[in-house]
Amino acid sequence: MSEKLFVKGNEAVAMAAIEAGVRCYFGYPITPQSDIPEYLSRELPKNGGTFIQAESEIGAINMVLGASAAGVRAMTSSSGPGISLKQEGISYMAGSELPGVIVDIMRQGPGLGGIDASQADYWQATRGGGHGGYRIIVLAPASVQEMYDLTMLAFDLSDLYRIPAMVLADSVIGQMKESIVANPRPQVELPAKEWAVRGRKAGEPQNVVKSLKLGDGEMEAFHWAMLDRYKVLAENENRWEELLTDDAELIVTAFGSTARISRTAVAMAREAGMKVGLLRPITLFPFPARAYLSLSQRCKRFLDIELSTGQMIDDVRLSVARDADVAFYGRPPGAGSLPTPEEIFEQIRKVYP
Amino acid sequence: MNQVFSRPESLKDVQTHFCPGCQHGTIHRLVAEAMDEFGIRDRTIGIASVGCSVFLYSYFDIDVVEAPHGRAPAVATGAKRARPDKIVFTYQGDGDLAAIGTSEIIHAANRGEAITVIFVNNTTYGMTGGQMAPTTMPGQKTSTSPYGRDIKNDGAPFKMAELLSNLDGVAFSARVAVNSPKNVLQARKMIKTAFQYQVEGKGFSFIEALSTCPTNWGMNPLQANQRLADEMIPYFPLNVFKNSENL
Repeated sequence: MSEKLFVKGNEAVAMAAIEAGVRCYFGYPITPQSDIPEYLSRELPKNGGTFIQAESEIGAINMVLGASAAGVRAMTSSSGPGISLKQEGISYMAGSELPGVIVDIMRQGPGLGGIDASQADYWQATRGGGHGGYRIIVLAPASVQEMYDLTMLAFDLSDLYRIPAMVLADSVIGQMKESIVANPRPQVELPAKEWAVRGRKAGEPQNVVKSLKLGDGEMEAFHWAMLDRYKVLAENENRWEELLTDDAELIVTAFGSTARISRTAVAMAREAGMKVGLLRPITLFPFPARAYLSLSQRCKRFLDIELSTGQMIDDVRLSVARDADVAFYGRPPGAGSLPTPEEIFEQIRKVYP
Repeated sequence: MNQVFSRPESLKDVQTHFCPGCQHGTIHRLVAEAMDEFGIRDRTIGIASVGCSVFLYSYFDIDVVEAPHGRAPAVATGAKRARPDKIVFTYQGDGDLAAIGTSEIIHAANRGEAITVIFVNNTTYGMTGGQMAPTTMPGQKTSTSPYGRDIKNDGAPFKMAELLSNLDGVAFSARVAVNSPKNVLQARKMIKTAFQYQVEGKGFSFIEALSTCPTNWGMNPLQANQRLADEMIPYFPLNVFKNSENL
């Protein structure tokens, strides 16, 4: 039975991880995500899992690598400075085709930055983040309910495609409290992890989980195979939300917390008689390019809103039809820089055709 | 006639990439013998590190995870916590374990992870061409210490077996060498003891094996073996530094 609860976004992530069957959590304290390790340190052992507060973010992601290689569901969570440290391990996991879930509750940067909300890790998340050329699955919740649902989805997609998956939220979504329905884990058919290390029995093949590929043509073949997998991912797993786009003359587009603020601004615009809609990508990789392309056949003006000086706009511009125009409004992340609905409404009025 | 000597079952019948006179091969063999003796090959997970030790999976007939440079103890922690019924060991060189991976080894040891760590100390970075390692001897010339290791500039070599033995989480810590038949026999015994700790669920076990690197030392195998006896063993004494259960 689905339970109705009133919880924080970060707690919803932790609850969903347990429901998704996570066996191992490895993490390190950093604001604004520490509710996740705190919750799991209390609840995961009760559910038969292992919690370790690692010596560092590097230690934590490599513990995820080891546990995942052994065939269990494993995760870590952090924020900007810690996510940067984890990039080494994420690259090795991508190179070893290992699943695993990484939660990034974004804070400001660069450097130590600050603890208020930010969307400035979009590039880092969607371009792979580490060395060598790879992509990871990136999901962007905009509500506490989605923190719960998309965390479970992250585990399923990661296992299905053998690509690390990131839940990319920010301190607004992580720290806010909303009521949610704690849905049971979706029944998804997943392939057995026959590649996992388990102690080779006589007659079984040797399993080696590695990213070193020295054979002639071996690395090239890996990259082509991954590109094919990314294409399947884009074909099957694109997720987005549209609001009032049917007759829209202007489409506002934003993800996560800025999409919530934009939703109010769109309602204000409709109130004022302007035909404005909202397109919110839920998967950032794969980016829902086809939704932009399809809408831009008819609607020729877009307004991209971000809590950064503009990162997702690259993908929006690559996705719309050539003659569609993309305006931008963003603010660099910082204390007090979260835009208000009125502020976004003002931008809508400026660019409305 | 009885066959009295053969390749351990846990080793594959393949040639290694190791240079002539390198002692990785001997250490590999002793680890494989310990696995055979305890009959644990079918439940062992090896964690390979970065350096000459990376090809663990090419020589051992076991499942292996390749860890990023220095991170093998963290990867081993993940694997062992995920599958506590498995035997998990890391095999790491000196640059990997005692430089870039100091954080991971010290914390895995301090948590008393139920794993075994085989640490091969040849006082240099072998794979990358003989640069200065955290265990390079005072005055030793390498490609990045061309005037010899200067303790004032670079610090003194780490004595990892002693250092780790001070941690409460460590159950067993010993230093061995494989430069003579006598030392090989002692090393075989110590490596078996290290695995026995894990098989019996008695905590974290650590073996530091002194080893030669003739190629990067600019020596022939005999000279290298002599250097190990004359210079390394006096500085890195062969000893059992901790044996908490007296196994």
